[in-house]
Amino acid sequence: MTALLETDGLSISFGGLKALDNVNLSVRPGEILSVIGPNGAGKTTLFNLISGVYKPLSGKVLLEGQDVTGQSPDKLAGRGLTRTFQNLQVFQTMTALENVMVARHLHEKRNLLAHLLALPSVRRQREETRKSAMECLARVGMEHYADQTADSLPYGALKRLEIARALALAPKVLLLDEPAAGCNPRETEEIDEIISKIAAEGMAVVLVEHDMRLVMKISNHILVLNFGQKLAEGNAATIAADPQVIEAYLGLEGDEGEAGAVAE
Amino acid sequence: MNVSNTVQRVIGNRLSLVLIGALLLVLPLLMTSSFQMRLAVVVWIYAMAAIGLNLLMGFAGQVSLGHAGFFGIGAYSVALGPSQLGLSPALSLPAGVAFCGLLALLLGKPILKLKGHYLAVATLGLGMLIFMILSNEVELTGGPDGMRVPRVVIMGWKVKGTETWYWITGIALLISVWLALNLINSPTGLALRAIHDSEVAASVLGVDVAKYKLIVFTISACFASAAGGLLALYNGHITPGVSDFLVSVQLVTMVVLGGMGSVGGSLVGAALIIILPQFLTAMHEYEHAFLGLIMILTMVFMRSGIVPSISKAIRSGRHDSTS
Repeated sequence: MTALLETDGLSISFGGLKALDNVNLSVRPGEILSVIGPNGAGKTTLFNLISGVYKPLSGKVLLEGQDVTGQSPDKLAGRGLTRTFQNLQVFQTMTALENVMVARHLHEKRNLLAHLLALPSVRRQREETRKSAMECLARVGMEHYADQTADSLPYGALKRLEIARALALAPKVLLLDEPAAGCNPRETEEIDEIISKIAAEGMAVVLVEHDMRLVMKISNHILVLNFGQKLAEGNAATIAADPQVIEAYLGLEGDEGEAGAVAE
Repeated sequence: MNVSNTVQRVIGNRLSLVLIGALLLVLPLLMTSSFQMRLAVVVWIYAMAAIGLNLLMGFAGQVSLGHAGFFGIGAYSVALGPSQLGLSPALSLPAGVAFCGLLALLLGKPILKLKGHYLAVATLGLGMLIFMILSNEVELTGGPDGMRVPRVVIMGWKVKGTETWYWITGIALLISVWLALNLINSPTGLALRAIHDSEVAASVLGVDVAKYKLIVFTISACFASAAGGLLALYNGHITPGVSDFLVSVQLVTMVVLGGMGSVGGSLVGAALIIILPQFLTAMHEYEHAFLGLIMILTMVFMRSGIVPSISKAIRSGRHDSTS
């Protein structure tokens, strides 16, 4: 099987500081790749480069073998790549359902004149969009929140809402930036289930996450970054036993007991 | 929760159309002088422009301090169409709107790359540029003295009289409200609201942010130029003052005062800004100070604008009485 998403020597600097230096990764359909590392290691920057929010200084992003480096986020979304955000970017003034409906945008006919004149076709399409958006909400167990505005939803629900919204795009590659951050163990479990399920459906998932239990459990492959560079990569067992990784990241976790447990 | 927000909004939309229609029908029965009717015509016209600007500001979250420029282009096109191109005044209006839309499309592309204050200053410059051209191209526009605008003649019928214009501008306002509400409730409207809330999230979900900003900027420019054209046709005379910076500020004030993102609010805002000074003339030189005071108080106590604040108060009042 060939890789769905690849990066080749991806680098970027901010004011002389190399935020990301020569990072290569590769994810195949149905695979979950986790990117871990200390804060400031360049994980979110990597996502920003892949999703087109920033343009890399050098290196390439390949989507289904095609060079898509530097393309705008909406173009990449059209090619089947989308993401969620570490610091939530939900549409605050919209309902949960409307949030998801936005992501059906590319699947709708966009005829401005029809929209201005409210032609019957627009209403029919709206119903279709609403239905598929509702299905996406149901996939993350949020259908009962459909009509609540996002600013009134609890934090854990917003995390899942971002995933539902990304799923509505029907992407081939999904980048998840700390989906379990700030979630309680039960919510983390739910997110674990959701991610495993979407990977099983054939999506390529790249996951940035600090919850090591979750990472070790669901990743096919782990990439460890430190100071913008690759420190190690491999499967969960290799990474957990890697002395460099333990020193740079796992061992330095605030809670030593937890890090120790993972390293065992 | 048995009624979804979307359904509520659609009902709210129908309601605001019906309410504005009823207002149009009832108002002439209550008016006692042709002066009041003249005021109403001006209110309908400015409300049209404000509604267009609200699409840009209230829904897409982009500011324009140069909309009077588009208002002026619309106004001058009904004067220049007949004198320069030999078009009939009635035909010059849509031609002017089309020209203005094209101009907005061309100029909007570079300008809308800017954000926040930078966008405000760039649109301010655009408005001033149009004002300068209209005032200085004396041979074409008559300069500061302005131009005469020929009367509209439709199949031999001379369109004149304030009452006739009351109905023409009233129907134009209704059409504007209808179009604006349709747009807001369409997928385009949803994309615009998404851009307002988070540009980066909208773009990773496939919304071409630059394109949508340009679309709504162009549409709002068309609303402004249609309104300007109607004002010129109604007045029969036009000066560069219609595109003055202060008019741009007035339009923004109408939108913010009435309520960003509220189509009905733009009508209320326009009515206040046009009518209030008439009541305040008794205060002579303090007129503007008093107007300013009213605006400040409104913004302090009704931060989201008059119509959204009142409808929220009514809704929560209803909740209290039922619970």
